[in-house]
Amino acid sequence: MMTNSPLIPRNRALHPVPYDPDYKTTMARAPLLPLLSMDSSASEETGPTFGHNQFGALDNNLILNWTRGAAPAVGERILMHGRVVDEFGRGVPHTLVEIWQANAGGRYRHKKDGYLAPLDPNFGGAGRTLTDAEGRYQFLTIRPGAYPWPNRGNDWRPMHIHISVFGHSFGQRLITQMYFEGDPLIPLCPIAATVKNRASLEQLVAPLDMANSKPLDYIAYKFDIVLRGRRQSMFENKPEGM
Amino acid sequence: MVQKLEMLSETASQTAGPYVHIGLMPSYTGNGQIFDLELGQSPVAEGAKGEIIEITGSVYDGTGWAMRDALIESWQPDAQGLFAGEAGADPKVSGFCRFAANADSGEFTLRTVKPGRVALRDGRMQAPHISLWIVARGINIGLQTRIYFEDEDNSADPLLARIEQRPRVDTLIAKKTGPGRYRFDIRLQGPGETVFLDI
Repeated sequence: MMTNSPLIPRNRALHPVPYDPDYKTTMARAPLLPLLSMDSSASEETGPTFGHNQFGALDNNLILNWTRGAAPAVGERILMHGRVVDEFGRGVPHTLVEIWQANAGGRYRHKKDGYLAPLDPNFGGAGRTLTDAEGRYQFLTIRPGAYPWPNRGNDWRPMHIHISVFGHSFGQRLITQMYFEGDPLIPLCPIAATVKNRASLEQLVAPLDMANSKPLDYIAYKFDIVLRGRRQSMFENKPEGM
Repeated sequence: MVQKLEMLSETASQTAGPYVHIGLMPSYTGNGQIFDLELGQSPVAEGAKGEIIEITGSVYDGTGWAMRDALIESWQPDAQGLFAGEAGADPKVSGFCRFAANADSGEFTLRTVKPGRVALRDGRMQAPHISLWIVARGINIGLQTRIYFEDEDNSADPLLARIEQRPRVDTLIAKKTGPGRYRFDIRLQGPGETVFLDI
């Protein structure tokens, strides 16, 4: 890869619309004026890096990390795994992937979440890891519950896991949500529906992956993440038009 | 028929939601025990070269309300204009920080080193700036913007020069409120809407 070449501009048609009346909070929080588009600069092409010494052995094990291994969380045990790649399909190695989620009852361990479902004393709901040399990552966790939220009269979030990915440059920064194959709440969810491109929405739904499920232990869901790539021309380091 | 372009589509963004702190800043919501070391707590370590500054502000929604749940990440070079990892960069400057609006007041504070200038690929020099990325419930894709500084020469900055409506340039410039102190407010919508970037 040319390391000193610009990021490929985002195709915003594949991303959610910023303003969507069916997701009420967007109405006062979406910018209404056009974004300023430019070629990327060093500010967007560089980014923070993280080292293995900053991570603990249980950081990517949400079943055990809250209690430091003392007691497992309640819920259906799942392996969430996949690859982080760029738009050319190349693995993004050694990059930070963070996740957070509700517990099996649909309750988050956050001071602002007052849902009826109880907290699980053995579940914190966050994990993090670095991808390996090929861009692979994995988390052991429990399947999060669906839960209701104040929006329209009776809106429910499908089961989902929030994912934050860095890539190697600040301009690749992405937060998204993974949904689970077959969840009947996905087509009813106004947050999922902010993604208007059908193929892009389907890309957020993780398939059940029996081949990587472990008998008598956990079932697997595979979720690959695609980040922005970089242009590959050798004609970049020249003033415009020369 | 033509040859096939083998390209993947970038994964679509989704809102970070109201509980983003759990994942990115667990100690903010009392969950600090989950990891030994929280990432992005400060962009500078003791002994960083350059001027240490403090930038305070709020993120306002379209009604003028200071949002209590916004989470921001910042990325910047050191005082010499070198990013962490570049040859000669200040080892005391990671350049990366995570900070959140205070749950009571809606105010955030970023304590960092004033960044140096960085050239574009074509040699044109940019004015000193800090890149921001803002997420919250109701923000469907993270918002990119930049902090420039009132007491720097911003007249030739290539990005600021691209802003057609000149009064909007002001939305990217932190105002000096005292020695080493600045105010930078972000308005998501409505009068004074901040210039957001697609870079």
